[in-house]
Amino acid sequence: MNIDRRKFFKILGFSTIGLAAGKLSNIYSKNKVVKFISKTAGSSKEFISKRILAKKRYAMVVDLRKCISQQGCTKCIDACNRTHNIPDFGEDKDEIKWIWKEPYENTFVDQENFYMTEKYNDKMVPVFCNNCDNPPCVNVCPTQATWQRDDGIVMMDWHRCIGCRYCMAACPYGSRSFNWRDPRPFIKNINPDFPTRMKGVVEKCTFCDERVSQGLSPACVEACTEKAMVFGNLNDSESEVRQLLKENFSIRRKPGLGTNPEIYYLV
Amino acid sequence: MYDSGKIIVGLIIFVGLFTSPFWYDANSKAGEKPDLVLPAKENQKACVESAAFMRSSHMVLLNDWRNEFVRENVTTYTSSNGKTYDMSLTNTCMNCHSNSSQFCDRCHTYMDVSPYCWDCHIEPNNPESSK
Repeated sequence: MNIDRRKFFKILGFSTIGLAAGKLSNIYSKNKVVKFISKTAGSSKEFISKRILAKKRYAMVVDLRKCISQQGCTKCIDACNRTHNIPDFGEDKDEIKWIWKEPYENTFVDQENFYMTEKYNDKMVPVFCNNCDNPPCVNVCPTQATWQRDDGIVMMDWHRCIGCRYCMAACPYGSRSFNWRDPRPFIKNINPDFPTRMKGVVEKCTFCDERVSQGLSPACVEACTEKAMVFGNLNDSESEVRQLLKENFSIRRKPGLGTNPEIYYLV
Repeated sequence: MYDSGKIIVGLIIFVGLFTSPFWYDANSKAGEKPDLVLPAKENQKACVESAAFMRSSHMVLLNDWRNEFVRENVTTYTSSNGKTYDMSLTNTCMNCHSNSSQFCDRCHTYMDVSPYCWDCHIEPNNPESSK
């Protein structure tokens, strides 16, 4: 084939226009835009199909009506700390927390009304990792030290965590804590069945995956004498969590962010 | 050759210095083979795999175990002879090799490697020795 320079430039010009046209049609096609928006809003079809196809989708329901009647109670927190070898540094700056308490108005910031139900005034609410359906911490983790299992639990692999703390910056709930110091000397009673962590890793609640895999319920659920916490499988329509959600009004923390948190509070 | 005297003397000194570690150690014995305390026979007759495999590849096996256990949610290991074991350093391995300082550490010290298992995991029979 014989192409002179003139012909070559013509072909080059036309192919550039052709390529650009393809890209332009992509930008203006409606589908793509919708897909992008819905993905950022966390309600993308991909997420929904993933969670429906999964056999299990673990979630927790916290009945605040029962919980706030016992304001000073720390049974769930104590049980969690014991089970997971959580250190007590004796100060807030380096605190490691898997479950902790927040004032009601700080917990549900987007539910705040000027005139709020009085029964929640100055009341503390237990909060933990929401094990979100669309977890921002997982998206930012550069080493896949944190990832989402098919059953929805957002797991931590402490072997792999490099301590960059991107996940802590990404989490809108402050559910992750960083080990600024070696935690081992600050653990009062070491539980030999669970590892401790080392300096420089991030940790958080994982819905007691080690207990769940043995068929037990999470330590906090077991410790709650008010039975204010219920843990179960959302994909089983007969499960207790589904029944509770069917019969009661529930709210979640910051649902507008699109993370799809999986801790439901009955109010 | 110019300056042959200086060069030859220099070469002899260089070779002597270069090989000095060998002269220094010429009469000393080789490092002693680590003496491992093996678990009592009544506990368990054999390890999860053959001794030769464990000697060469226990670190690969343990790495696979941890990845499968933590990341894939697989909890049991089927060995090459068909037996199944729980994938657990602290429960399965340490159940027989109950003292890390008499088993793990001896070779690790000899080889000058320092795995960091016990930075986080807790040695079941010896919680204080950890870390």
